[in-house]
Amino acid sequence: MAVTLTINGKRRDFDASPEMPLLWLLRDIAHLPGTKFGCAAGLCGACSVLVDGVRVFGCQTPAGDAVGKTITTIEGLTEQPLGKALVAAWNEGDVVQCGYCQPGQIVAAASLLRDNPRPDDAAIDAGMSGNICRCGTYPRIRSAIKRAAEIHAGDKA
Amino acid sequence: MSRATRRDVLLATGVVTGALVVPVAMGNGRSRAATTPSLAANAWLAVDAAGQVTLALPKTEMGQGILTTITMIAAEELAVKPEAIKVTLPDGDAARFAPIDQGTGGSTSVREVWQPLREAGAKARAALVNAAARQWGVAAGECDAQNGAVVHKPSGKVLPYAALVAAAAAAPLPTEAPVRPATAYRVIGKSQRRLDGDAKARGTAEYGIDVVLPGMRYAAIAVSPVFGGKLAGVDEAAARAVPGVSGVIRGADVVYIVADNTWSARQGMTAAKPQWTADAALNGTQTAAIVGAVAAALDKPGVVAATSGDLDAARKGAAHRFVATYTQPFLAHATMEPANCVAHVHDGQCEIWTGTQVPSDARKAAAARLGLTLDKVTVHNRLMGGGFGRRLETDMIERCIDLARQVPFPVKLIWSREEDTAHDWYRPAYADRIDIALGADGKIAAWEHKIAGSSIYARLMGAAFKGVDDDAVEGAITPIYPATARKVTFQQQESMVPTSWWRGVGPLRSAFVMESAIDELAHQVGQDPIAFRLAHIEDPRARHVLEIAHALSGWDDKPAPGIGRGVAVIHLWETYMAAVAEVTVDKDNQIVVKKVTVAVDCGQVINHSGVAAQIDSGVIFGTSAALYGEVTIANGRVEQSNFHDYRVLRMNEAPKIETSIVENHEKPGGMGEPPNAVIFPALANAVFAATGKRVRSLPLQKALHTA
Repeated sequence: MAVTLTINGKRRDFDASPEMPLLWLLRDIAHLPGTKFGCAAGLCGACSVLVDGVRVFGCQTPAGDAVGKTITTIEGLTEQPLGKALVAAWNEGDVVQCGYCQPGQIVAAASLLRDNPRPDDAAIDAGMSGNICRCGTYPRIRSAIKRAAEIHAGDKA
Repeated sequence: MSRATRRDVLLATGVVTGALVVPVAMGNGRSRAATTPSLAANAWLAVDAAGQVTLALPKTEMGQGILTTITMIAAEELAVKPEAIKVTLPDGDAARFAPIDQGTGGSTSVREVWQPLREAGAKARAALVNAAARQWGVAAGECDAQNGAVVHKPSGKVLPYAALVAAAAAAPLPTEAPVRPATAYRVIGKSQRRLDGDAKARGTAEYGIDVVLPGMRYAAIAVSPVFGGKLAGVDEAAARAVPGVSGVIRGADVVYIVADNTWSARQGMTAAKPQWTADAALNGTQTAAIVGAVAAALDKPGVVAATSGDLDAARKGAAHRFVATYTQPFLAHATMEPANCVAHVHDGQCEIWTGTQVPSDARKAAAARLGLTLDKVTVHNRLMGGGFGRRLETDMIERCIDLARQVPFPVKLIWSREEDTAHDWYRPAYADRIDIALGADGKIAAWEHKIAGSSIYARLMGAAFKGVDDDAVEGAITPIYPATARKVTFQQQESMVPTSWWRGVGPLRSAFVMESAIDELAHQVGQDPIAFRLAHIEDPRARHVLEIAHALSGWDDKPAPGIGRGVAVIHLWETYMAAVAEVTVDKDNQIVVKKVTVAVDCGQVINHSGVAAQIDSGVIFGTSAALYGEVTIANGRVEQSNFHDYRVLRMNEAPKIETSIVENHEKPGGMGEPPNAVIFPALANAVFAATGKRVRSLPLQKALHTA
């Protein structure tokens, strides 16, 4: 079986079932390990990727559903202006601890900032509550999202 | 793979992880140190011929930031920027790091490493300074190290380390050299961004679960859901019918499905529908029986852990007596990165790629499992997506080896979240009874504390265990409240549930009990909880953090309607910490933690940002468990499976956290555990303030809902 996907701007053919969740295709077949396995149940957000700019849970999205769409993983996002702004803000705020959930957090934050370029605390809580962090980086993530919004707005200005 | 060519280096700091692989320069003749002169400060810190400082980290990185913290200490003594040091993770070479144990837990890392690392770094710095002084023909006292070079202060002459290493290495290392005085710190005590932060944010940092090897296959695991149960059957044909599945491997209590990728392995496991058997006793075990037996164990005399004075005499004429029993449940670790391991057993050797808190124990466990000598086992340690004590156990490595020895290729074994949750090594369920008598003078006359539960040390120590679990009683035997007479006992009570270390360990349990009891006592005698504590605590550093938390939290200001404030103070892991939690409890008894104020005196701060991060971390990790954490057993099996039924805090539930860090130059204390220990009682006390309901059985949310 084969499936053709556009990942981070590149069209690639994969020898995989269209039923295989994006999470496993990205990690095991496409060798893009920044997308993390946490729960395989859509509960933790570690596997977050963007499909046509919107955050989805990679563990809940069959690869076939993403055919013909644009898939952006953390590896691709961090090459884009918004991703660069997010990483800069994450570094400035010294956000990460174990770091395992952070690619998913940054992908979720990118989706949030696309919809709402200047989110307040309530919007951040709503946009980010699908992502679990066991190290407790939430306060710094909250600040970093606001800082990334500033950096990104400055980039565009 | 030979040691000289192994690619164990995960973090060449300052560059993208994995982009730069550095052979570890060591002073014992291995690697390129054999051919190129290198200045060895000790067996794990060196300056190579190019002037590059290399640090083989003696502790493991699970998110606590120790990679950055220890690198800062080395950077201070060797006068370089932390970003300029190349760092490797420990690989289980016990002799190299001795007497430091690579085992990482119990808030021990900085406390163990602080002095020997500074001393070694100072000697290497002195060797470089002496080499420059000899070359210049000046007094060493006129020279100092700065930014990777030695400077002759009167003349301004500069020689980079690269120009000095050969001469410095040729002379004997000074036997003594003064460490940098605190007044001269350029790195220590400042805020240093995490050296692994950028790679982790970009998703390029490599965790154990990310390891890929040529020819590697992927495997799923299922273990008997009933503790002690056995594998009865597997639908092997159905499993093999799943595309990509290449193997079904059975063990006594386990089945593995091997495939081309994780998805196929997981699909294969679903199709395999493993069947299990267990005897009636195992099948019939329920939580109530286990925790009931633990509570009943409090009625046994227990084994004395600490005793002073005459309890009976001290109780005579007591003006107030307080007796209460507290219980705390089994807890799972729920690390974000589920349990996993890559192993390759071949040609009489074993190679392991995983993130472990105990690289040395992992090597030993693998060698024992396979009947190999230690030199035949290589551990390639990786970053961990959380540890919290889970990766102090080596069961996942042993399970992977059991599989890997049966296949001719490297295999990556990944636990599902459900398997990870159901086959953790849990924080023991405990019961404590505390009996405090206040004398006519208001002082504590008698303090008796009985502790019952599973003993982790009994499992680890075997016959050497004498009845008192030193972890379980830690904190309980050294309270910050003086008493005329005191007695602390421990009673071991085991169950079918495997138990192990969990962030905060024994002192967390002690802190919840003691700080809840003191709070209850304060309310019973009609005193303010902070004033009551200050009336008893003599230690000035404990008083100081309590006073800071008092002021910073606005304790004396009347809280907004519906808000309850609770306080707790601890002196554990050589750190003093006080916390004030503010909670609301709505009409449906739903607890919301609004704000937590923490004051800490952990002695000399190494990384200011790191200390603050650990406070956020412990407060949020601890709040998850204090509110919701409980592993229960039904019919011999763990009932929880994933984040929907083992609930943890999300962004929208995270409190505002305000932190005050005392600046001093006392010996550094631990920071990984304390915030997680102080928050449990602070929350319970806040719930009491908000509701008038005293919760003595965790978790708090369940207690309120069933009250």
